[in-house]
Amino acid sequence: MLNIIWPLFIILSFSFAILFGNLDVLNQSIFSSTEEAVKLCITLLGTMCLWNGIMKIASQTSIIKKLTIFLTPIIHFLFPELKEDTEIKKQISMNMVANILGLGNAATPLGIKAMKSMQEKNTDKKVLTNSMATLIVLNTASIQIIPTTAIAIRSSLGSQNPTSIIFPVWIATISAAIAGITATKLFIKWGK
Amino acid sequence: MQFVNFFSSIAMPFVILMIVLYAWIEKIKIFDTFLIGAKEGIEIVISIFPTLVGLFLAIGALRSSGILDCLIHFISPILNQFNFPTEIMPLALIRPISGSGSIAVATDIMKNFGVDSPIGLMCAVIMGSTETTLYTIAVYTSSIGIKKTRFILWASLIADFVGIVVSIITCKMLY
Repeated sequence: MLNIIWPLFIILSFSFAILFGNLDVLNQSIFSSTEEAVKLCITLLGTMCLWNGIMKIASQTSIIKKLTIFLTPIIHFLFPELKEDTEIKKQISMNMVANILGLGNAATPLGIKAMKSMQEKNTDKKVLTNSMATLIVLNTASIQIIPTTAIAIRSSLGSQNPTSIIFPVWIATISAAIAGITATKLFIKWGK
Repeated sequence: MQFVNFFSSIAMPFVILMIVLYAWIEKIKIFDTFLIGAKEGIEIVISIFPTLVGLFLAIGALRSSGILDCLIHFISPILNQFNFPTEIMPLALIRPISGSGSIAVATDIMKNFGVDSPIGLMCAVIMGSTETTLYTIAVYTSSIGIKKTRFILWASLIADFVGIVVSIITCKMLY
């Protein structure tokens, strides 16, 4: 995707700058942009190290397994077709807990494992089943307790209170997830 | 307002405390494990650095050349009718497509309008509440060789759209 967007951005903006004589500003921005990338990465480095370290500790404990208990009724509602497939349901709830905790590295393998288990029971291997579709939509909506990257960017830009966005993020991300699930359920009902 | 601040400030310390306490009870070598994870954190940042350099260049050029303002100038009359802040538009467009691209765009907007300004806060909330939809769909479908993805792109984009709109409304109400 970026193979198309990136050159497009460069060609458009560089020729625009040459045509309309904004070259001085452009020259300045060429060098300041690389500097900004360095600055952002240095500040990201601290937060990402800290958070990854904490999350590594979490992944070594049984905390993910324990927290899946709270998800049982939700999973039951979201995946009615899985019925007695407790093993798949367990993988799905672990994927969800890992996502919520922000354990991206742990969440994806768990999610793919669940996809593979569902694929085994899929009658048409080229087409997604309802449950598979629901799992993917859940993952694209990804509810997160701590929006680490957004906080790291805010602190790198010198925000007064980088974590102040956490509560608004909860509201937005939960709304997005509900919208995604509602859309999925409707599409399934309409036989799409 | 007060409970919003309370939840926002307690979230991170609470999660860290819980995890460390839990690991302590389960007798895990906490600090060694922390170091392993932190090292992985370095690798993640270093691996996105080249992408960020490239994208910061492209996005800086879009802004400084004047083409972005020109585009926004044309779109804003339409968006203003829906009360949608035009400044957010570039982020809303790139968010579902590219993770590092949206980091670059969000940083650019936050820096230009102020990180604690309403626009800056909206950007951060959008970043925190949405995912790189196209990438996620690609990873999950390609892992098992699915060809027909049915409606999931639409359902996910609806979720992203709602997430962005709710982010804007929430920020307008709170700040």
